[in-house]
Amino acid sequence: MRLELRGITKRFPGVIANRAVNLTVEPGEIHALLGENGAGKTTLMNVLFGLYQPDEGEILIDGKPVTFHDPGDAIEAGIGMVHQHFMLVPVFTVTENVMLGVESVRGPLGQQLDRPAARKRILEISAAHNLRVDPDALIEDLPVGVRQRVEIIKTLYRQSDLLVLDEPTAVLTPQEDAELFEIMRSLKASGTSIVFITHKLNEVLEIADRITVLRAGQVVGTTTPAETTEESLAAMMVGRHVSLVVDKETAKPDEVVLEVDDLVVKDDRGHITVDGLDLQVRGGEIVAIAGVQGNGQTELVEAITGLRQPLSGTIRISGELVRSTPRSILEAGVAHVPEDRLEDGCVPAFTVAENLVLNTYYRPPFSRGLQLDRAAIETAADQLVKDFDVRTPSVFNTVANLSGGNQQKVIVAREFSRPIRLLVAAQPTRGLDVGSIEYIHRRIVEKRDEGAAVLIVSTELDEVFALADRIAVMYQGKIVDILDPDVATTEQIGLLMGGSRPVGIVEAEAAGELTHVVTTGG
Amino acid sequence: MTAVAASAPAVIVDRAAIRRQRILGVVYLIMAAVIAYFLTTEVTAEQTSTFVLKPAGSTGGLDVPSLVVPSMLAVYLAAGLCAALGAMQLIRGFGSRWAVVLGIVVVAFVFAFLTWAAAGRSMSLIGILQLTVQKGLPITFGALSGVLCERAGVVNIAIEGMLLSGAFTGAVVGSATGNNVVGVVAAALVGGALAGVLAVLAIRYKMNQIVAGTVINILASGLTSFVAARVLQSHRELNEPDKFTSMPIPLLSDIPIIGPMFFSGNIFMYILFVLIGLIHYGLFYTRWGLRVRAVGEHPRAADTVGINVLFTRYRNVVLGGMVAGIGGAYFTLGSTGSFVHDMTGGRGYIGLAAMIFGGWTPIGAFLASLIFGFADALQARLSILNVAVPSEFLLMVPYIVTIIVVAGLVGRVRMPAADGTPYEKG
Amino acid sequence: MAESKTPESKTPESKTPESKTPGSQPADRSRLGQRLAAGARGLVVPVLAIFSALVIGAVVIVLSDVTFFERLQADPGAALGAAVDEVLAAYSALFTGAVGSPTTYVDAFASGDLDQVTHAFVPVSETLLAATPLIFTGLAVALGFQCGLFNIGAEGQLYVGAMFGTFAGFAFAGLPLFIHLPLAIGAGFLGGALWGFIPGLLKARTGAHEVIVTIMLNYTAFRLIEFVLKVPGYQREGRTDPISKVTLESAWYPLLVEGLRANWGFILGLVAAVLVSWLLFRSTRGFEFRAVGFNPTAARYAGMSIATSTILAMTISGGLAGLAGTSIVLGVTHSLTSGISAGFGFDGIAIALMAGSRPRGIIFASLLFGAFRAGATPMQSITGIPIDLVVVIQALVIMFVAAPALVRGIYRIRVPETTGLETFGQGWRA
Repeated sequence: MRLELRGITKRFPGVIANRAVNLTVEPGEIHALLGENGAGKTTLMNVLFGLYQPDEGEILIDGKPVTFHDPGDAIEAGIGMVHQHFMLVPVFTVTENVMLGVESVRGPLGQQLDRPAARKRILEISAAHNLRVDPDALIEDLPVGVRQRVEIIKTLYRQSDLLVLDEPTAVLTPQEDAELFEIMRSLKASGTSIVFITHKLNEVLEIADRITVLRAGQVVGTTTPAETTEESLAAMMVGRHVSLVVDKETAKPDEVVLEVDDLVVKDDRGHITVDGLDLQVRGGEIVAIAGVQGNGQTELVEAITGLRQPLSGTIRISGELVRSTPRSILEAGVAHVPEDRLEDGCVPAFTVAENLVLNTYYRPPFSRGLQLDRAAIETAADQLVKDFDVRTPSVFNTVANLSGGNQQKVIVAREFSRPIRLLVAAQPTRGLDVGSIEYIHRRIVEKRDEGAAVLIVSTELDEVFALADRIAVMYQGKIVDILDPDVATTEQIGLLMGGSRPVGIVEAEAAGELTHVVTTGG
Repeated sequence: MTAVAASAPAVIVDRAAIRRQRILGVVYLIMAAVIAYFLTTEVTAEQTSTFVLKPAGSTGGLDVPSLVVPSMLAVYLAAGLCAALGAMQLIRGFGSRWAVVLGIVVVAFVFAFLTWAAAGRSMSLIGILQLTVQKGLPITFGALSGVLCERAGVVNIAIEGMLLSGAFTGAVVGSATGNNVVGVVAAALVGGALAGVLAVLAIRYKMNQIVAGTVINILASGLTSFVAARVLQSHRELNEPDKFTSMPIPLLSDIPIIGPMFFSGNIFMYILFVLIGLIHYGLFYTRWGLRVRAVGEHPRAADTVGINVLFTRYRNVVLGGMVAGIGGAYFTLGSTGSFVHDMTGGRGYIGLAAMIFGGWTPIGAFLASLIFGFADALQARLSILNVAVPSEFLLMVPYIVTIIVVAGLVGRVRMPAADGTPYEKG
Repeated sequence: MAESKTPESKTPESKTPESKTPGSQPADRSRLGQRLAAGARGLVVPVLAIFSALVIGAVVIVLSDVTFFERLQADPGAALGAAVDEVLAAYSALFTGAVGSPTTYVDAFASGDLDQVTHAFVPVSETLLAATPLIFTGLAVALGFQCGLFNIGAEGQLYVGAMFGTFAGFAFAGLPLFIHLPLAIGAGFLGGALWGFIPGLLKARTGAHEVIVTIMLNYTAFRLIEFVLKVPGYQREGRTDPISKVTLESAWYPLLVEGLRANWGFILGLVAAVLVSWLLFRSTRGFEFRAVGFNPTAARYAGMSIATSTILAMTISGGLAGLAGTSIVLGVTHSLTSGISAGFGFDGIAIALMAGSRPRGIIFASLLFGAFRAGATPMQSITGIPIDLVVVIQALVIMFVAAPALVRGIYRIRVPETTGLETFGQGWRA
């Protein structure tokens, strides 16, 4: 089909998410929609998919205007969407998820589920495009890459002509990326158009036929890979020249601050996700843990910060075994910037001032005996807001009213305002605009230069390469290798993230260039 | 291809599980001690306990002999069993079968208790079992109502109020029209209407669902008491419905023990069985059920495939209300007859506990309700038997059992993931 | 799964207005103006809620008259007129029963007779008397709300507190008032605290949802009281009905004014409100309660112990409800029976909701509901309308207050969105 979005405008209270956006997707084309976080890409696609109604503008399919009141209309028109956060019911099987909404039924009342018929069709689609799945598996047991395949099968099951993929590679290793691109090319060959939303420049150049760049809700330009480069795309995305590398001097590592020995941790479902892990981080260096989400990073961070009791193994901070409660670990000089800033990092309903003392409120000067010292809290808050450039009308504003970047700055300000020996930051710049990302990276490097040990967990390889002095790759609960970012390549890291052992590592080992080899693989 | 650990696996110690195991073992041992010490008081060695297994005055059917056990011996055996299991639990634990063992210990304790209460006498065990099912009926209705609502993602605390309104409506309409069936239908409609109010408050106005449910309960209690005082005091004839008579099913009601329990009741029992079957089939085998469960687990996913989340929730809540209304009518039209202020006595809340205990499934809810019904029945019969325990404590039993169940089961049963969260489109 | 939230502009109606600096500078007059305006805006919903509830209550009165429809068909004008008369009679009886009738006041002051003047204030005294336990239960429930806990067990905690307080009231002879009364009050607090500790502990240790546990404990408490009231040593000598011994005068709340029943329990309630307000908004513990209430995961990440907050909050909450019990057995009935509380515990929920879980609002809401209760009995005896009408009106008030959007929808106005319930977790995982 030929899809055209003409003049789409969508407003929310306080912000214009899309402003007069024009987008055309030709039949059988892979069209990349590029923009940084907050540019309005997902909103635009939600409008297309009937989840939102546009305030102005229209949607045309093959030249005819259409209106989608809900996703059902869009699906019927042949549009399928694979959302960034999967829309799969964890306790259902693959078959049940795929057929939900378009169930095969039998029986006199047309109500009884016909699972075998659906299974058959799923296997047919699976074979046609090399999307390997087990129709009877429960979604919650499946790894992320397989779940994505289920999402794609869902759309093909409904005979979509146009597929929208929203940040599909956020959860994949570079090798899985390649597999996905193969699937995309296969779909394109059978006539399906694809809209591919991303903020990753290299992917766009590799797979797209045409590229549309969005910035602050508006289309900045439409081009093709032949006519552009990563740098110019980045400039279009952000509106100014962007340095993709963090300015930092070489690290001068000091004493070992964090020492993790043979750590074993179970997750909420009882599976062992940290499986005998060893790790050391020294003061004055940044160690970044690279890995696909779901390989134990979350549980590792929780164990280090006292939120989860390990089954066995030890964690030492500056040589001392710590009692694993969050408070004692915080008091041992550990700062924690959690992955989910609204859920875990702050209390959105509290004021900026209250959030800034969230883990120090119980000690002088913020508290004397049983009572809080309001004046002291306010003074400290005013100072921190100034030091960390938090944009808020007052320290009594609730954090919920701040932008994502400023919320993260509040959390960072809180954590950085104490003397710390170890900083643990998980996905520190997820969902932030470029300005905030640069700022946070700078402050992290500053902390390192002050002598703190820094442990970053990130799924963004760009961030890992930019910040790390050493890169530790985590796979299935263990550190499979530790590499030097100046020497290692994305491909090597990618292979390690996926569990294989790239050739270059072996050579580098022989040349004595690697620091810490832990396990063997095949 | 996959990495293999090079070093030997460390000894893995799950401290929390071991502590749970030890606590259970100690509890079993304590129960053994309680049995051996308290449940042998005033029991002489030659006494026997007789458990009558055929309902008094029933004609036809097989002659089921009464169960006679030597009291002292039986009690000590039960104590011994608990002690042995307790020791094993402490030392080794039972792994994945711990729940079965817990069940065995509870059954042994109850058996010892009954034996003690019946020492030197005969007790109609079949009577207690029949009463169990009867007491469990309204609880099951409540639990089923909860299943319908919560599977779609709406917490329904208002079951108590819906039961109460159903009881009231059933009595008044049944008396006014002289037709009990009309009374039941009216009760269902009233229950559905109250549920509609809950649905609007919770879904449209996104009110906290527990608060909304509590409000409805208070409203129902106040309204029924108000009208009862204003109208029914002076118009007694509006509160004297004929009760449904019992309708034993031929042949089935003659099966020993099971027959008198499940196939000799009044129409409410059979309505319940039909409902259990329908809801079970509906939830797990039909398109309707798949969509309901999707809405309860991941409403956004359901929305993106074109399912109308809000309508599904409205519909299920109203259906749940109707079921609760019918269950409420049981209190008057199926049991005592006249409406009395606040006559449901917390059965709606116990129904919720039964729903949780039963894993949000209809059959599980029924079995769980039977357990609560048993506690209720025990309390009713034992106070007649003049057991040496004050009747007030016996009256507490159903409530304390509920607490224990709820406290012990959290985290072990999987609730619908989106239960209680209002759905925001977009 | 992170859902993209659309940024909403919120009115500055935070749950913690006290989080502004104490001792503000003189140039803060505009801020004072803002606060007054915010306060006035905050009153819109409760006022409209009460109004709407009264209207619906009127409809209930009219429709529950079985003869109404017949008379309507026969002579619509007369029937409607009679209906309006009935409603007005009921509500004016309610009103005068709560605050007194203007004519009685005028006559009393004109006469100059002290007894007559005192007598004119009886309704006000009854209102204060009815409001006192409500202040305590309202505080109890509000404290729970602030910590994310739904304490429906205030009724049971009230009774257990009353049980302990009564015992302390009659068991210790020969003590002076200033020792005996505090002792009995303390005993009452202890009893309620115990009954609040149990669900708190179960929630913290096992995750058992406090809604079901507290409701079950309510029923358990009722049975416990029935039992205790028949135990010799507790039961009054010479009586076979379940009633406790009479508490000694040295354990009674002193009267506020000779000749009226209102007592110092009300003052204690005001003191309690101040203390709870300090606890929630000025103390370190209160900071933790509120953090845990708003966002338990973040509180945990910041090092706070959710278990400690849960247990402590529920225990103190139970203790406050226990104080409600003492205000009855040491202030009004002077002994314990199984009927001392007509749903004060549940009214506490209504009051906490109306007040947005803020102690200052709780005092006003308690006075309002106390007025309803005080006026209900004269209303029933004068007009024959059953007192349960007041329960219906109160339920409707809660409903409107807890869903401001409902008020907005009906009256087409803008209202602040906050309800004091933002601490709630949802479903069974709260």
